[in-house]
Amino acid sequence: MSNELVAGFADPVTDAQSCFRAVLDAMARPGKRHVVGGTSAPAPLCAAAAAVLLTLADHETPLWLDPAAGQARPWIAFHTGAAIVPLDQAAFAMALSLPDLTELPDGTDEMPESGATVILQVASLVTGRRFLLDGPGLRRPAVLSIDGMPGDFTAIWQRNHGLYPRGIDLILCAGDTIAALPRSVRIQEG
Amino acid sequence: MNDPDCLPHPLPARRRWMAVLARAEPDSIAALLDHCGERPAHTVLRGPEGGLVMVRGRAGGGGSAFNLGEMTVTRCTVRTETGFVGHAYVAGRDGRRAELAALVDALMQDRDRTATIEARVITPLETRQAQQRASRAAKAAATRVQFFAMQTMRS
Repeated sequence: MSNELVAGFADPVTDAQSCFRAVLDAMARPGKRHVVGGTSAPAPLCAAAAAVLLTLADHETPLWLDPAAGQARPWIAFHTGAAIVPLDQAAFAMALSLPDLTELPDGTDEMPESGATVILQVASLVTGRRFLLDGPGLRRPAVLSIDGMPGDFTAIWQRNHGLYPRGIDLILCAGDTIAALPRSVRIQEG
Repeated sequence: MNDPDCLPHPLPARRRWMAVLARAEPDSIAALLDHCGERPAHTVLRGPEGGLVMVRGRAGGGGSAFNLGEMTVTRCTVRTETGFVGHAYVAGRDGRRAELAALVDALMQDRDRTATIEARVITPLETRQAQQRASRAAKAAATRVQFFAMQTMRS
C-alpha cells in the first residue's frame, strides 16, 4: 500500500499565516507578485498553488479540482480535508487551465462574498502576454505578464467584472509566485 | 489503491495494533524496535501536533450522548522511504510517542516486515499492557467494599 503523499507546510502555523498575508496583499494590490512557499507540492501542482490550498482550503470549503490535477487529490484530502465537489458548488477551484467562470457560483447581491475563488496555475507570471490592470488598489495602471491564459481572457474577464459586486476572484500561481486578480479589477490587453 | 473513493476499510487487525501502539510508552516502543534491525529512514508528513478531541459518553451505555469533556491528543503521520504511510493518534502531548507509533504503523503495513514487527514489538507490548491491566484490576479488587455485607452486618 504505497502512495506518493508528500508533506505540507514545514511550520504549519507561521507558514500558513505568512501565506495568508501574501494572499491578502495580492488581492489588495492586483497584479503585484508575491513569493510564497514553505511546502513541498504534490505533482502536478506548483509550490505556490500548494501553499495557497493549504492556507485557504479546509473541511468547510468545498473545492473543485481540475481533473488534470487528479493526482494531487490524496494530498489535498489528507492535508486540507476539503470535499471535492462539482464546479457549481465550489468555494474554491484548483485549476490548471481557466475553467468556465459562468459555471462557478458568483455569489448574490446580498452575499457577494460567497462568490468562488479560482486558484489558477499558469506557466509564468513574468513572461507571456501582457495585461494592463486598473481599478481599486492601483494608484496607476499596473502591468502583469501571464503565460497560460486563454486567448479570449479579456472578454471573459469583462463579463466577470461586469457582475460586480458579484463575481469570481482569481489567484494566479506560477512556481513559488502568486498574483491576484480580484473581481474589481479592469483588465485590458497591454 | 490511489483512488481516494475506495479507501481501505479500517481493518480490524490494523485497529488492534494501532490501539496497542497508542497505549505504549515511547521508550518501550523504541527499545523493542531496536531489536528489529536497522530503523528505516522516514519523513514526517504531518505533526507531531497537539489538539483536542471531545470525549462523548452515554449514561448507562444506552442514554443519549453527552459531552464528557475534552482531552489532549497528539497526532503524527510518517512516510517510510519505501512509501508506506503510518498514522498515530495518542492521548497526551508526547510528540515522540506519536511519531514512534506512526512509524511502527507504517512498518506493519509492509508485508515483508509485518511478521517480525508483530512478534518483536506488538505482541510484547500487548502482553505487557494486559499484565499491567490485570495487576491494576487486582489491586482495585482488593479494596472493593461489599455494601451488601455492611447492610447485613448493621441489622
